[in-house]
Amino acid sequence: MTTFTSSNDLRRPGTAFALRAVQVVTLLALVAIGIGPLYWTVKGAVSPPTEMVTNPLRLWPAEPELGNFARAFTDLHVGRYLANTVTVVIGSWAVQLLVAMTAGFAFAVIRPRFGRYVYGAILATMFVPYTVSLVSLFLTVLEVNLLDTYWAIWLPAGANAFNVLLATRFFEALPQELYDAAKVDGASTWQLLTKIVLPMSRPVVAVISLLAIMHSWKEFIWPLVVISDPNLQPISVALANLVDSAPQDELIAAMAMALAPPVLVFLVLQRYVVAGLGFTGVKG
Amino acid sequence: MTALLERPATTEPVVVASRRRQAGLRRELLGLLFLAPALVVFGIFSWWPILRGLLISFQQTNLVDPVVWVGLENFQAVLSDPLVGKAMANTLLFVGLGLVIGFPAPIVLAAVMSTVRRFAGVYRVVVYLPVVVPPVVAILLWKWFYDPGTGLFNQLLGLVGLGPYPWLQSPQTAMLSLVLEATWAGMGGAALIYLAAMTGVPAELYEAAESDGAGIWRRIWHVMLPQLRPVIGLLLLLQLIGTIQVFTEPYIFTQGGPDGATLTVLLLIFRYAFQDGQYGQAAALSVLLAIVLAVLSAVYLRLTRSWSTK
Repeated sequence: MTTFTSSNDLRRPGTAFALRAVQVVTLLALVAIGIGPLYWTVKGAVSPPTEMVTNPLRLWPAEPELGNFARAFTDLHVGRYLANTVTVVIGSWAVQLLVAMTAGFAFAVIRPRFGRYVYGAILATMFVPYTVSLVSLFLTVLEVNLLDTYWAIWLPAGANAFNVLLATRFFEALPQELYDAAKVDGASTWQLLTKIVLPMSRPVVAVISLLAIMHSWKEFIWPLVVISDPNLQPISVALANLVDSAPQDELIAAMAMALAPPVLVFLVLQRYVVAGLGFTGVKG
Repeated sequence: MTALLERPATTEPVVVASRRRQAGLRRELLGLLFLAPALVVFGIFSWWPILRGLLISFQQTNLVDPVVWVGLENFQAVLSDPLVGKAMANTLLFVGLGLVIGFPAPIVLAAVMSTVRRFAGVYRVVVYLPVVVPPVVAILLWKWFYDPGTGLFNQLLGLVGLGPYPWLQSPQTAMLSLVLEATWAGMGGAALIYLAAMTGVPAELYEAAESDGAGIWRRIWHVMLPQLRPVIGLLLLLQLIGTIQVFTEPYIFTQGGPDGATLTVLLLIFRYAFQDGQYGQAAALSVLLAIVLAVLSAVYLRLTRSWSTK
């Protein structure tokens, strides 16, 4: 840890005070913009509708009520949408992990001669964000009859070049002697994968999992395009559709429930998220 | 089977050559087996759609009638549509405002955070919190805050005698309102990346500058910022690539309104395809967008490479 301030600076009382003041003001501002909106959501969710109109700035309602959460479940079917989201996330995660690990193993360990052309073709897709092939991807999914099924989200999620890059780089960095030693012991390729490579892959599995789960929980535009059946929609798409019809207090309760899972997961895993950000360089 | 994994030797005895060849074939097959998931998924859901998007941009198709090749007609139709010019100008406005408002903020935040010793973890968690809020939820929350009457922002500004402001309801302020939310949502990730880069600056550089009599500001300006230049360049490009594709904000906040003030390129592509059924025109506009993004991505990859080999 280095920084531009030195211990000499901090011995000057004026500088030390100014620095401390800037740090405190920044923390207060961060709390206001980072925690403030989340707090306001919870407050809004437990406020009676009349109070939100008559006294919108009150910090906590005089008579908080939990009824909005219950009504969001029964009237808005938030539970079903959350379950749909979990289904989307788990499937996308599994496909991404399968594709990245098998491809990384093939490129880095098996090393077939045609491998580098495939690797190049996969990395080349990083130049084309999926939003620009949104229309043709939709037409393809339509033709293979996957519209309104979760496969329409799961399978395209697997076509993630960055995951393949991460897995390949990771397997390449494992010591080559490991593979040689396993060969001397007469291990088959399958044993090499399951007994040697996978047990050592926990860091890269963790990073790919984290990116996959965070990304697919936030995904909006693609599920919006391919899932039109309201019974199958994940919570993001459902909320966007409910916004004009649902009562505001129930909607805010539904939003509180939609943001609670990712926020709680982040708070539990924050060390790994912050470290993962460093590992991947730039992907959020 | 284990022989599959041997690296090909440069000189090999003739006797084992044929066995090696056989092993080589088995390695290719085994590679194919393990690459099968990637080949299927990338083939159907990435390579083919990219190629097909290019083809559709020269075709007329409505999913019912047979496909007709129309040459450059789609591109002509798109470029003569006044909405396209408007969408491009709006997208540039979003990108530009995003740079002015959103680009310096995480650098300043990270600089302050790098001086913090106690509670450094608290800063990092709080700064990243907005990033984990699902975009749709974040936008709906902000839409509620922007409410001209009972919304949080006008209520708070009213306390100090400002406003009320129309925020999303006026063509003059709608785009700014979108940018403010997008900045809030994206700032945390960039701040943590800058922070990691700042704490990696060698301490000797600061010590040398200080012994030459450089004060704090000059150490920031002449030592820290030059050291950060590669990271600043990368995040600048990433932000450009990300903001050019803006969709969710205008779709949920304003549906492109008021009066087309927040109609962006991707929103227009979405409308062409999924409201008007004009897949050819949607694909043509996508190709134009893809060219811009591919150029930016190429610059980005070049930068990453020169950065990582340094």
